Amino acid sequence: MKELSLNILDIAQNSVKAGAAHIDISLIEQGNIRALTIEDDGCGMPPEMVRAVTDPFTTTRTTRPVGMGIPLLKLAAEQAAGTFRITSRQGENHGTCVFASFQIDHIDCVPVGDLALTMVTLVQGSPDIDFTLDYRTREGKKELDTAAMREILGPDVPLDAPAVLSWIHELLSAPFAPEP
Amino acid sequence: MKSLEELQAIRDRMKGKVALREGMSDIRIVVGMATCGIAAGARPVLNAFVEEVERQGLADKATVTQTGCIGLCRMEPIVEVMESGKEKVTYVKMTAEKAKRVVAEHIKGGNPVYEYTIGEAQK
Repeated sequence: MKELSLNILDIAQNSVKAGAAHIDISLIEQGNIRALTIEDDGCGMPPEMVRAVTDPFTTTRTTRPVGMGIPLLKLAAEQAAGTFRITSRQGENHGTCVFASFQIDHIDCVPVGDLALTMVTLVQGSPDIDFTLDYRTREGKKELDTAAMREILGPDVPLDAPAVLSWIHELLSAPFAPEP
Repeated sequence: MKSLEELQAIRDRMKGKVALREGMSDIRIVVGMATCGIAAGARPVLNAFVEEVERQGLADKATVTQTGCIGLCRMEPIVEVMESGKEKVTYVKMTAEKAKRVVAEHIKGGNPVYEYTIGEAQK
């Protein structure tokens, strides 16, 4: 993956497949550390699956026995001297949380890339899921909350309407809003 | 900074229009968005389809959806065009530029762009 935003798109698609109603993405930069968290309330995984998902030869897909999504994110974090963690539970409070950190100035740290297009793609594919994005850097923050958008848009206008998707794209492509 | 007022304006402008569209489109454009597709460049391809379908006024006729791995990872980005009563057309190694041409010639004009299809790629 050439951009972290592509890993984010890929991992969030796992949350979609897990039947999540809420998917919360945060990307927080503090000092030299960039920390990514993707948390969902999907069906979760049994402990043996959680242990196995970082192995590229573990997958839920039926088309071939290779699953690269989680291993690629883990690789991206570890090659930038960061850490990777995944936790998941089924039953009560079910859901999965994927965490990855990166040293920003590391020569092998992949750029964040087009996070705006990643969010547009997620909303286009799953307009009924509540997504939040919390993106903070030294320059300021960018936020998205599709549940709040849905309240404004009302029942008649779906989030995947082209005008709404361009609104999201412009919102997240705009310069950072300074922290208050 | 995009404002919430602009979102309200979108709502007011679109009221009534949306209901007409539902369930009417007879062409489905399906973009593979699994790890293999994403890594090969499916994100800009999907976006190009969404934008071009809207720009060319084809939203009543075609919908753009996402799917997982189609099973031919080395040919990604893969796009399938399904139209009722017609054979499925599978496009491989797609780009945003190719997507624009597919919308213009296939979705709008009814003529598949054969040079981008899987049949041509495997010759």
